Amino acid sequence: MTNEIVQQKITELSPTIAFEEGSQWLTLQVESANWHMLATQLRQQEDLCFDYLFCLTCIDWKSHLTMVYHLDSTNYRHNIVVKVKLDKTNPAIETVSDIWKTANFHEREVYEMFGVNFLHHPDLRLLILPDGWEGKKPMLKDFEDPINMIKL
Amino acid sequence: MVEEISSTPAGDIIINVGPQHPATHGVLHLVITINGETIQKVEPHLGFIHRSIEKMCESLSYRQFIYVTSRMDYLSSHINNHACALCVEKGMQVEIPSRAQVIRILMDELTRIASHELWWGAMAMDLGAFTPFFHAFREREAINDIMEETCGARLTMNYMVPGGVMQDIHPNFQRRVKDFIALYKSKINEYSEMVTGNIIFQNRMKGVGFLSAADAISFGCTGPTARGSGVSCDIRKLYPYEIYEQLEFDEILETGGDSFSRYMVRVREMNQSVRIIEQLIDNIPEGDFQAKTKAVLKLPKGEFYQRVETARGELGVYIVSEGGATPYRIKFRSPGFSNLSALDHMARGSKLGDLVAMMGTLDLVIPDIDR
Amino acid sequence: MWSFSKISNILDSWLSETFSPTWTMVIEMVIAGICVITLFALLGLVLVLMERRVAAWIQIRLGPNRVGPGGMLQSLADTVKLLVKEGMTPDGADKFLFNLAPIIAMMVAMLLMAPIAFASNFQLWDLNIGVLYVTAISSLMVISILMAGWASNNKYSLMGAMRSGAQIVSYELSAGLSIMAIVVLSSSLNLNDIIQSQADGWWIFKGHIPVFIAFLIFIIAVTAETNRAPFDLAEAESELTAGFHTEYSGMKFALFFLAEYINVFIVCAIGATLFLGGWMPFHIGHWEAFNHVMDFIPSSIWFFGKTFFLIFLIMWFRWTFPRLRIDQLLDLEWKYLLPISMFNLLLVTLMAILGWHF
Repeated sequence: MTNEIVQQKITELSPTIAFEEGSQWLTLQVESANWHMLATQLRQQEDLCFDYLFCLTCIDWKSHLTMVYHLDSTNYRHNIVVKVKLDKTNPAIETVSDIWKTANFHEREVYEMFGVNFLHHPDLRLLILPDGWEGKKPMLKDFEDPINMIKL
Repeated sequence: MVEEISSTPAGDIIINVGPQHPATHGVLHLVITINGETIQKVEPHLGFIHRSIEKMCESLSYRQFIYVTSRMDYLSSHINNHACALCVEKGMQVEIPSRAQVIRILMDELTRIASHELWWGAMAMDLGAFTPFFHAFREREAINDIMEETCGARLTMNYMVPGGVMQDIHPNFQRRVKDFIALYKSKINEYSEMVTGNIIFQNRMKGVGFLSAADAISFGCTGPTARGSGVSCDIRKLYPYEIYEQLEFDEILETGGDSFSRYMVRVREMNQSVRIIEQLIDNIPEGDFQAKTKAVLKLPKGEFYQRVETARGELGVYIVSEGGATPYRIKFRSPGFSNLSALDHMARGSKLGDLVAMMGTLDLVIPDIDR
Repeated sequence: MWSFSKISNILDSWLSETFSPTWTMVIEMVIAGICVITLFALLGLVLVLMERRVAAWIQIRLGPNRVGPGGMLQSLADTVKLLVKEGMTPDGADKFLFNLAPIIAMMVAMLLMAPIAFASNFQLWDLNIGVLYVTAISSLMVISILMAGWASNNKYSLMGAMRSGAQIVSYELSAGLSIMAIVVLSSSLNLNDIIQSQADGWWIFKGHIPVFIAFLIFIIAVTAETNRAPFDLAEAESELTAGFHTEYSGMKFALFFLAEYINVFIVCAIGATLFLGGWMPFHIGHWEAFNHVMDFIPSSIWFFGKTFFLIFLIMWFRWTFPRLRIDQLLDLEWKYLLPISMFNLLLVTLMAILGWHF
């Protein structure tokens, strides 16, 4: 399925979605409030069937955070990238771990590294950082660690 | 802290497997709730070897950061380097000389065999058979010697650079690879005699750690782990990079979904790697081994994603560039991290002894999980 | 002919001439004690070295080859190392039981040494119920393991001990039943009588297929009873780190280690005695000339040769097979070995009644 058809199908699902041009895969800009509903549709719509979330991460753009979801369909082999813009001060988004189970671990990683709060996540605890970690989230751009970080 | 809790209200015992434990091959920490010998819950605690490679890479140039990635999945370091080099090349729009492409694939496949050899030995050792470990190392050493001669290192090779490979192959390379293939073919029967055909081994593996195809996809499992459940996920076939589409090899699929299927996938995959090497070893084209690139690499503003197939599954390198000499953000989508997340689902209800069989066939490399 | 029995007889007659009967008894006991302890130490050293060389041979490597000629003093050096190490006792452990457990393991192994005939007429204690004694004492081994596992106050140890308890208790049944096959055929519980009954051929050859099956079951069962791979679930190091001896260190650990090897030796000696004729040379029926030639090889060489062959077999198992899972282990015993050995015993009894053996 070509990108155009996928784009058309997604537009049918939700006409307000903005598409981003010029990257490797079809890129969607989604409002965080609409994301969970759209994700369910992307997964369950039979001609889209994005059943494989192969990458879930977050980018700190200093002014805001962006959640990036890379989706693949094992049936049709089409990929899309979904971007969700989040507030810097109190980032929160609905979890997708009920749709793609792999999101469970990836969201826990994003939670501790970027401080994104995943609503309705079944088990939102620290995964990689040591128990009782307090203070700034390490992957944020303004994280400072004078002992362990070497500035070039 | 978990260590202070020794049992649940229901009377189940909680035991810690790791961070220092013979079966975890490193510093994985699993908190296991067991009822007698039956596993109720497996809870991984990660981060013992977390070096925040992603953060580190943000302050390294596009040439430098590749060397750090050798330390992620150290058993397929060539393939990690390859993924990063490909991603940078994608951003720079460089054409790679065909000689470099062939050398890269040869190195990748040798690495894959070496990684699977080590896995084979280590997994048999987890199940209590010590001997296969040494037999596997005999072949793996031969590969490491080849690597040492050409790359100058045996484990973290750092051989792939943006634009090609670091230096030309050693004059002995072709001869030694052929020697290795001859050695491998003469010894591969031992593998099935010693382990695969062993009735105790089969009893330990069959029906253990079942993962259905739908679950494998949902958990994001890739590589032999997912192919053991019948999910076609070989990036070399689905999204070919370099010259993989011109090569003849099969994607190994088993439909059992249990540990034995995953085991068989890996063992059969080694033969496919040998097949790829045999196609290329006599056909290394003449020419440059590296494309001409600038001293300081700069990627245009944008996002670049490269998926490759490592020995453990799909590795994704996601570079977000702001146009500078260092990446703005790098994400490594490591195969082990997603594969590990399926462990709890697989292990529930099975015996404690099965856990090592499952961990063995997931082929966990802890630095790959923690990054 | 130079033999152990002659030496012991000379010693005995000299002592009885020199001292009163009571003192003779006391001195002989002291000598026997010293001999057993020396044999113990020697066996430990030899068997550990042998295990490592066999392992190395199977694993295409060299094994110990630095300390002493051909690495012969390697296990001695290891023993010295273990001796000077600190024997730690964990805080939460039951200290009395924790320290008692390795001693019990050692004592059981020592007691088992008593009725074994090392050569013709060379035996510490010619017990008329030797077979019963051996089976009874060897089941005490589980006590020390359970004790060690419980007293360590460690979950790995506890699980290892529980596994071991289930395992040893189950496998004793088929080991006992396969021993019974020989008792039925030779109609004696005395180890010496059993050896004498094999003067015209070992039971494994005389007893047709049923005795061979009994032999196989015996080997499998004793491998399990001594906690050797593929039945080493009690110390399954990839699951339970080291099982029941996780918390042990220094000489206390060494005692467990030594006891394991002595146990292997003893069960192999019993196996050799029952099935392969003990010190009895290889005899074929009434081929007097052939039998006479065989008699020229000293009986002690026959005994140790057979025992070490069986030990080699058990070591071979260890370095070849993966470990079983606990439920598979118990399945193997209760679903296969036990019914087979019961039926087999029935066959052997029929054979013995009808005299269908050579």
